[in-house]
Amino acid sequence: MPEITYRDAVIRGIAQEMARDPDVVFLGEDVAKAGGVFKATVGLYEQFGPLRVRDTPISEQAILGAAMGAAMTGLKPIAEIMFSDFIAVCFDYIANEFPKSRYMSNGQTKCPLVVRTGNGAGSRFGAQHSQSVENWCMMIPGLKVVAPSSPRDVIGLLAAAVRDPDPVIFFEHKSLYATKGEVPDGEIVDTLGTAKVLRPGKDATILALALMVPRALEAAERLKAEHGIDAEVVDVRSLVPLDMQTILGSVAKTHRLFTVEENPRLCGWGAEIVSIVADEAFYELDGPPVRITTPHIPLPAADNLEDIVLPTPDRIVETVRRSLES
Amino acid sequence: MATAKDRAPAPAALGLNDDIGEEKRLALYRSQIRLREAEQRAYDLFLQNLVKGTSHLSLGQEAIAAGFAEAMQKGDLSFCTYRGHAHTLARGVPVEKVLGELMQRDNGLMRGKGGSMHLTSEEHGVMGSYAIIGAHLPIACGAAWRAQYKGHKDVSVCFFGDGTTNIGAFHEALNFAAVWKLPVVFVCENNLYMEYTPIADVTAVPQPAADRASAYGLERILIDGNDADVVYRTAQKAFAKARAGEGPSLIECITYRHSGHSRADPGKYRPEGELEKWKERDPIKIYRERLKQFGISEDQMSDIDTEVRKEVDDATEACKAAPIPPVDILTTDVYADGGWAWRN
Repeated sequence: MPEITYRDAVIRGIAQEMARDPDVVFLGEDVAKAGGVFKATVGLYEQFGPLRVRDTPISEQAILGAAMGAAMTGLKPIAEIMFSDFIAVCFDYIANEFPKSRYMSNGQTKCPLVVRTGNGAGSRFGAQHSQSVENWCMMIPGLKVVAPSSPRDVIGLLAAAVRDPDPVIFFEHKSLYATKGEVPDGEIVDTLGTAKVLRPGKDATILALALMVPRALEAAERLKAEHGIDAEVVDVRSLVPLDMQTILGSVAKTHRLFTVEENPRLCGWGAEIVSIVADEAFYELDGPPVRITTPHIPLPAADNLEDIVLPTPDRIVETVRRSLES
Repeated sequence: MATAKDRAPAPAALGLNDDIGEEKRLALYRSQIRLREAEQRAYDLFLQNLVKGTSHLSLGQEAIAAGFAEAMQKGDLSFCTYRGHAHTLARGVPVEKVLGELMQRDNGLMRGKGGSMHLTSEEHGVMGSYAIIGAHLPIACGAAWRAQYKGHKDVSVCFFGDGTTNIGAFHEALNFAAVWKLPVVFVCENNLYMEYTPIADVTAVPQPAADRASAYGLERILIDGNDADVVYRTAQKAFAKARAGEGPSLIECITYRHSGHSRADPGKYRPEGELEKWKERDPIKIYRERLKQFGISEDQMSDIDTEVRKEVDDATEACKAAPIPPVDILTTDVYADGGWAWRN
């Protein structure tokens, strides 16, 4: 199977959907002629033209508001918010407008749109360009929240998000853009709300999202090779809808649960999952669920400091080993 | 300030039919009376503890809602604020639907799920009432972008108060609409107060919307918002410009609300005599005089008054008799599948 980068998968996913449906339009800062600051939209302007791929001013509220108005009246917009940290300056649309209009209007208003945004650490950009903010969106009823970890999932989940009738916040991880993965030729459409077991195992369940997925996979290989621990790695992929059946099924098999979260500790996505598991599968557990997260601090810029705070394969291996041995 | 009589053209010189015409004038009159009666009824029902939650009335501002709505065509879209009863009614939404929502009954426009601040009736082109100041200006841009992209000829009309001109989304939307040349008309209802504070005390320019227009390459448009004829003509011109692909307009309408900001506000911050002075410029008073000048009789007007009152009375009784919303709608329409499931 051919390999492509996560970055090229974004381009291919958007192009696949724009080619399929003329109502799919794309807007954002520097996304058209410049091809995006992460070069994840190169060629779309040339392929689909200036009416469908549009550069905006630095006006995040205008970008998301315009996407919503277009979605309400018949288009299927994809909007880019360059860095997910900038969601804070247009949070009204994410928190108050997209997710509540259908409910408040008793079902009259529709909002089929996708907000793509560059999420996560690893670029040494400091505390305002590196955060993992998927939990900011997970807490809001009415939104869907997706964070792919591989090129194939980028295409399939982006297609599913564009075709979904609800507003979807699509978190692309900046540190994954250059990574490669196998992607089949032809159209790819995945399903929102489905987690994926990437590595089966019997001794422990490790849940991970986005950049934490390859780290969890590496840790699982080392746990097996160095300590004889057979860990199951589950890529959560979609926080809303949340595939609890897959997660509960894995816990029922391994009886131990670990979450690997890039977000700062308080109210990370893993906390919600752990609470559900405690509620519904407490007697399946042979030990306390353990959350492996970034500590509850703003992210530092310096590379040695940033590297210390994010969960690493080393930290995952150590945490799982110690927990299972105790 | 000139009186309405001073400004009115001599009817003899115009004949009994000018550019607006009798039929449209009667429609403008009926609309204003309807908004006035319905909102006064909302206030009465509030005093009887039958209107729950909050409500923000447009009493005194009816000429703007009526003038714009009468100039709009079917398919044109209204984006309103939490002070949206008048704009919703003016697009033809039945009084019962609006009062029912204010009274949080099952016959309300959104069956009590939205409330007074979120009136929405897409079938009438009312694309929502937005209670976060400024949020709907970019949204109106998006609807206008769809019209531009699809080659549709509808106009998106976005109403907001003077206080909105000081929030970021206002400026983002104005720039965005101007750069993209969108068919959107921004209508500022300047009623002189943001909530309780005079708008002049918190704004760097005397006219909060009109004086900002030049920053976005737009014409400075400042009109008497209490004269429905002036509003109607201004709206027609802006809509024609939008439909011709010539871009957005920003219109500041000077007006005055006769009541407080919301039901919680008796409006005590207003200087003595100000309300009385503005009541002399009541849009309905001005329009009754206008109709007389154009040869419309008191009888014709009172027939309209009677018909409107009956609609409002009937609506009130229907709402009082209507059930409260059933509990089973609590979890409907969170997502497009009709439900609220966030996990399997």
